Amino acid sequence: MLIKLWLNGEVVRDHIDPDTLLLDFVRKHGCASVKRGCETANCGLCTVLLEGKPVLSCSTLAARAEGMHVVTLEGLQDEAREFGEFLADQGADQCGFCNPGFIMNILAMMEELDDPDDEEVKEYLAGNLCRCSGFVGQMRSIQAYMKYKKGGA
Amino acid sequence: MERMNLENLNYVNRPVRKKDAMSLVTGQPVYMDDIVGSNCLIVKVLRSPHAHALIRKINTEKALKVAGIACVLTYKDMPQTRFTMAGQSYPEPSPYDRLILDQRIRFVGDAVAIVAGKDEKSVDQALKRIKVDYEVLEPLLDFHTAKDNPILIHPEEDWKSLAPVGADNQRNLCASGLEKDGDVDAVLDSCEYVVEGTYHTKACQQAMMETFRTYTELDAYGRLKVVSSTQIPFHVRRILSTALDIPKSQIRVCKPRIGGGFGAKQTVVAEVYPAIVTMKTGKPAKMIFSRYESQIASSPRHEMEVKVRLGSDKDGIIKAIDVYTLSNTGAFGEHGPTTVGLSGHKTIPLYGKAEAFSFRYDVVYTNHMSAGAYRGYGATQGLFAVESAVNELAAKINMDPVTIREINMVKEGQVMPAYYGETNTSCALDRCMARAKEMMGWNQKYPAKDMGDGKVRGVGVAMCMQGSGISGLDVGSATIKLNDDGFYTLSIGATDMGTGCDTILAQIAAEELDCPIDDIAVHGVDTDTSPYDCGSYASSTTYVTGQAVVNACRKLKERIGQYEAEHPGMSLKDIANSSMCGNTLALEVTEMHSSPVSPPPFMVGMAEVEVDKETGNVELIDYVAVVDCGTPVNPNLARVQVEGGLVQGIGMALHENIQYNDLGQMRNNSFMQYKLPTRQDIGDIRVEFENSYEESGPYGAKSIGEIVINTPSPAIAQAIYHATGLQFRELPITPEKIAMGLLES
Amino acid sequence: MITIRKYVRAESLEQAYELNQKRTNRILGGMLWMKMSSNTVQNVIDLTDVVSAAIIEEEDSFVIGAMTCLRALETHEGLNRYTDGAVKESLRHIVGVQFRNVATVGGSVYGRFGFSDVLTMLLALDTYVELYRGGVVPLETYAEMPYDTDIIVNIIIKKTAMKTAYVSSRNTKTDFPVLACAVSFRNDEKRVVIGARPQKAMVIQAEDDVMKLSEEEAESLSELLAAQVYNQVKTSSNMRGSGEYRRHLAKVLTKRACMQILKEGGKN
Repeated sequence: MLIKLWLNGEVVRDHIDPDTLLLDFVRKHGCASVKRGCETANCGLCTVLLEGKPVLSCSTLAARAEGMHVVTLEGLQDEAREFGEFLADQGADQCGFCNPGFIMNILAMMEELDDPDDEEVKEYLAGNLCRCSGFVGQMRSIQAYMKYKKGGA
Repeated sequence: MERMNLENLNYVNRPVRKKDAMSLVTGQPVYMDDIVGSNCLIVKVLRSPHAHALIRKINTEKALKVAGIACVLTYKDMPQTRFTMAGQSYPEPSPYDRLILDQRIRFVGDAVAIVAGKDEKSVDQALKRIKVDYEVLEPLLDFHTAKDNPILIHPEEDWKSLAPVGADNQRNLCASGLEKDGDVDAVLDSCEYVVEGTYHTKACQQAMMETFRTYTELDAYGRLKVVSSTQIPFHVRRILSTALDIPKSQIRVCKPRIGGGFGAKQTVVAEVYPAIVTMKTGKPAKMIFSRYESQIASSPRHEMEVKVRLGSDKDGIIKAIDVYTLSNTGAFGEHGPTTVGLSGHKTIPLYGKAEAFSFRYDVVYTNHMSAGAYRGYGATQGLFAVESAVNELAAKINMDPVTIREINMVKEGQVMPAYYGETNTSCALDRCMARAKEMMGWNQKYPAKDMGDGKVRGVGVAMCMQGSGISGLDVGSATIKLNDDGFYTLSIGATDMGTGCDTILAQIAAEELDCPIDDIAVHGVDTDTSPYDCGSYASSTTYVTGQAVVNACRKLKERIGQYEAEHPGMSLKDIANSSMCGNTLALEVTEMHSSPVSPPPFMVGMAEVEVDKETGNVELIDYVAVVDCGTPVNPNLARVQVEGGLVQGIGMALHENIQYNDLGQMRNNSFMQYKLPTRQDIGDIRVEFENSYEESGPYGAKSIGEIVINTPSPAIAQAIYHATGLQFRELPITPEKIAMGLLES
Repeated sequence: MITIRKYVRAESLEQAYELNQKRTNRILGGMLWMKMSSNTVQNVIDLTDVVSAAIIEEEDSFVIGAMTCLRALETHEGLNRYTDGAVKESLRHIVGVQFRNVATVGGSVYGRFGFSDVLTMLLALDTYVELYRGGVVPLETYAEMPYDTDIIVNIIIKKTAMKTAYVSSRNTKTDFPVLACAVSFRNDEKRVVIGARPQKAMVIQAEDDVMKLSEEEAESLSELLAAQVYNQVKTSSNMRGSGEYRRHLAKVLTKRACMQILKEGGKN
């Protein structure tokens, strides 16, 4: 079937199978930042923004995104770099495999929540697993980033 | 080696950002599946539904007829040379007990057939159309009954063990042995206090975010090029050569960025499947393990049951330690003979005043998936047992568990009979304990505090050690080369799996060569061009390969000095550029390093938990860890190693509950059923360092990668004991065990 | 992974209904569970254009379109005001925000899954299921109905005066519950819903001896109701816990939920 959607602001038209997952679709269209970490919607590695909301692209049919705006980290390179500097300064990027999905969800959180405290941050990001960092360095980087965004340092 | 002054260093002992960080955080395509072409065969494996069976007949005709299928391979198509998938130096201690596909099926998930086709759909369809007639055999699932059981996992005649590890396939023994010093029974008899306990740890999964995966193709020279997410590229080359029965000269292995390993990728889990497909079809092929496969057919921690007897005099001085470990290696012997050793070697030496010890072990085959290497590598299992036993001893003699450690712990300068007789050359364990005690506020919090409303807080402690590489065996190499305008390329065979060793080794090189770190370009591993390194495992990279970098840089400086002497007055840039014309002195040096000793890092962990006595829920309030890893070459990366390892250890202690059913199926076959700790499941985690200085390591460094996973299980178990009075000797300690335990007591 | 032969974006409920009468066709919810089956589906029916994804607060009820995602319920001010935050509490532990942005309330209710926090919560409220053909059915009735080929259009929660609380016990914070418990106190009825038994949630009505007690006697009332639940609840074992432990939890959580309503003004 033919679908049309906006991927990182560009119109993409493509023939797909009805059961093509959004994850495989965006990877095929050059968005390799989107990763598959599980098959059971538990890891958060495949997070993309669909109409501005963070969703699991492993569980969303590409067909469903017809006419919608899909954003991956490829479309948010400046934002990724901006936050990424803080993650890198903690050494908490580690293997990096979970970073894109994690950063996508942080950017979504910054849009959705107003000045969240640590517990709210943890709850918002609970669906993003990481096996390297133990989450602690990630938290330090988020705290530093939020302070910076508020004009702190 | 002389002791360095760490004050005036530019890069070592500094929190340098990882060289690949900005690529990773911006999601650049740097992993295996991002960089290989889309035009390759998709490889999948048909997996056995039975734990133990023989294939009577296998019919692939219908599968082959599916459009797009390139090949369907069965045991009949396989080379008949047995091998081990364990990534270890040759001759491997792990037995040669595998074929790529075998007629005998040994666990639920064992490989039955390999299918390759143009896309996933055709391969899935073909998999469904393979008809297998199994002769189902009685499985051997209880590892307690495995030794000398009439059911044999490896009755085959061509099974072989290359090393004297006490293996005997006719007895289901992958390894067995005994080490001792003094008469442990006699000393125990003379002890005022003796405790005895059996401790059970499960086959936890490393669960790195990137599953096992490998791409293979024939290159322009007709050689097999392998791009694999691996910790051991050189071992992959050797193992594939045996498994495929082709010369090593025909194989090249490259390592891209890899999405975590933690030991899982120290075993050749995925490589053989696409490799044989490429050899049979001549076409590029890739195999990407699903998470399901990564859970049920991979290389998890060895399940162990460790019996400990511990005796002390009336003052709590530990006089004798007796350890017997029963280890479940599963269907194959990967890392079986070696992991078990650490359950004794990395536990008994912690207690420096023992007059006698005994360490016995059996490693048995069963019809579970094969175990492998997981961070901590046997030490983790042994330390849960021995540290718990020490805590039980402290409780028995009514002594503070910190005190019992303070008066017994091994000291710098001591000889450690249970640690290959090595001398403890660098050790700040006493300072680690003192600092942890202070950070935790141990004296105020020990043992427990009633918080009201059925909530009780308790604290617990454990200490541990690991090694720094395998002494006298592990080798690391570095090639450092001066290039145009004076920048350097550093080639290493050690594998950065996200830990940051590319950066850490570049820091060492920049320090030695007195140049900006941006002038050191690091090259990932390619077995054709990188200097030989056994790989990144056994906590070896910083300590072993790091020293190779130091040595290589120093040699290169000498060379540059030699060149300069012949061409005086030149800047480095001029030297670099002029050396490329009319010169016969290579400004490139390769050095290989190996260490006759494996100096242990040390660590103390303390946990504070809050137990809800009605539901049994445990909140980890605070975890304090103080580590002596020698000099941390990169304090940021060292800290994240500690934090990450602790959280894996916390998962093992509280959440990661491996469950098999009666048919031998592993039920935790997804992240839905195998629960890793999330960021909401951990409380405060606070890490500090108390450095010793290890003179045999680069800039005083030891290791950090593995030790960090060892303390949570015993420390949390003790914290729960202090909160509830319940002593748990089996992991994980679930809310149900606590609540039901309290109802009974 | 499921195989889908054809994707149909329904243009009318009638068309969706007609298609759904064939056994080989399926309505698409959030697809989180459907994806994991290895079935082949001829037509998946996407209701995006014909079923609402909005929550409309009316004077006496909330009308929740079946395509509404769980995250929208979790963050809906009116619903959480009405339930003292119980709705949020029942949803916020489900995997992660991205998951709850995908999962639909219609899918959750249709599935009537044993582990469902959604079903457990909604059964404690005065909830109705509006079916395309079957009309409006109380959720309690719907929960017992066999899986059929009708289409859920709306979930309706009537604003019956009540106080509610939701508590659950989990092995990790975002895991399925080992046991979930929703309690609601109305003027004439006190009900306890126990979910993740691990079977489908069951409703237990407070018996007369509990109803006779004044709410002033918070402790006795809670204990009596908890004891009643302990006697009546049916639990069994799965990977997450034994039947015995669940039964114990049912008592503990019931008491806690009651005390929360009576002592803490119900704040979840």
